[in-house]
Amino acid sequence: MRATRAEYCVVACAEVWRGAGEVLASPMGLIPSLGARLARLTFAPDLLLTDGEALLVRPDGTPEGWLPYRQHLELVAGGRRHVMMGASQLDRYGNQNISCVGDWARPRRQLLGVRGAPVNTLNNPTSYWVPRHSRRVFVERVDMVCGVGYDRAAGLGGAARYHRIARVVTDLAVLDFATPDHSMRLVSVHPGVTVRQVREATGFPLTVPADVPPTRDPGAAELRLIREVLDPAGSRTREVPEGAAADGDRHRAEGRA
Amino acid sequence: MGDKTMTAEEVVSRLASGMTLGIGGWGSRRKPMALVRALLRSGIGDLTVVSCGGPDVGMLAAAGRIRRLVTAFVTLDSIALEPHYRAAREHGDLELMEIDEGMFLSGLRAAAQRLPFLPVRAGVGSDVMRVNPGLRTVTSPYADGETLVAMPPLRLDAALVHVNRADRLGNGQYLGPDPYFDDLFCEAADAAYVSCERIVDTAELTKTAGPRSLLLKRLAVTGVVEAPDGAHFTSCAPEYGRDEEFQRWYAATPWPDFAGRFLGADEAAYRAAVGKWRTEPGR
Repeated sequence: MRATRAEYCVVACAEVWRGAGEVLASPMGLIPSLGARLARLTFAPDLLLTDGEALLVRPDGTPEGWLPYRQHLELVAGGRRHVMMGASQLDRYGNQNISCVGDWARPRRQLLGVRGAPVNTLNNPTSYWVPRHSRRVFVERVDMVCGVGYDRAAGLGGAARYHRIARVVTDLAVLDFATPDHSMRLVSVHPGVTVRQVREATGFPLTVPADVPPTRDPGAAELRLIREVLDPAGSRTREVPEGAAADGDRHRAEGRA
Repeated sequence: MGDKTMTAEEVVSRLASGMTLGIGGWGSRRKPMALVRALLRSGIGDLTVVSCGGPDVGMLAAAGRIRRLVTAFVTLDSIALEPHYRAAREHGDLELMEIDEGMFLSGLRAAAQRLPFLPVRAGVGSDVMRVNPGLRTVTSPYADGETLVAMPPLRLDAALVHVNRADRLGNGQYLGPDPYFDDLFCEAADAAYVSCERIVDTAELTKTAGPRSLLLKRLAVTGVVEAPDGAHFTSCAPEYGRDEEFQRWYAATPWPDFAGRFLGADEAAYRAAVGKWRTEPGR
């Protein structure tokens, strides 16, 4: 079975929760949600999942607990959670923006708002999902720091004791911050993507090891779960379409837009 | 023990321009929309609104009633970005106190507990501190010496919330999965106004639901309004879900057109207008 790009992304998101133990997985967005449920059904059976509102549920939807909004915020402070948030902008140290684009006082584009990004990043491990890796997202400087990156955390003393940005998964690659100065590093590229493509779609210099492995293949059992149990309607392909041939031209095309 | 029932118009008659109003619910879930509509029909403006923002914020912003908004986000849930709020922000129509969700919760708690601040490990390191220059930090007096945000109280002149049931005395019951911050909004306010799907006798409240559903205590409630479908078009589980089709129409319609059509004389006129809208060809 040949896996699609979207399926590589689901598995790469699932890997974020490998070894996380008995904690809450908080995925934001479709592909991270499929990833969390895949992890729960395979190599991370102790994970807790929500229904997106106030219930903790098994992968089949059976409620196993109650987690209203207020308790969810308290659980964040307790740290037994690994969240995967989106990012409208992300810089090399993992500072994330979901608030607005342009000058905050009068934004060019108002987005969601800071939401819980500040409390998330200081209290529990955080990863990011970017469905369209481009220079518009991977920027030199974000317009409004919502999620706190490593350079800013370095000056916070004790308040950063639980700060950890684990991984960034995109439609092109997997990245992390395992460098001496915690700047972003390329971990793997999805099959069909070149290192050059990732560099060109990133608006700052990336640390690239001599050998960049491909993102691991989904196993046959994982593919079956994704296709038959988790997403039989194939919604994942709407978030990450097949036909990645245009990836190389992405930053140029978006530069014109 | 007084009978606290009143109409939405009586609630609004107790509010005034320049007040700080807390609005319960979350995003496009269990918002006190009948009370918000009554507010929109009044001339009250220059408001500071404290809300986990949804269409309440979108409508009040579109109508130019908000001077200052205190929030961590504004969303319609199934439509991620609130279009009327976006337009207001992009035109520079309102002041914003943008804070983290954990800070928001701590601010309501501090207000409810009459504290000068509550420490919270959120905000430091982020631009929340840059855009809120009035926020201060506090250093732990213990050996760890950690620097935390000293979140000030979000004290409210009035709170507006919507629940499933209430009695005439102001005891409020939610039957859905999430209380959100509604009890805290009431406790953080000088006056709290509760709309509900149905007013019932006190004894009725616990006949079919457990005591944990009794979210609002009458000592923190000033007025009770019976407002069936009072959260429309947001959700009010388990009684009704979000009216997605109507919400899509709201999001796609210029505000003056929406207001002209749906903010008539009163809530009965609103329900009639929604009923008529629903029977239009193509729907």
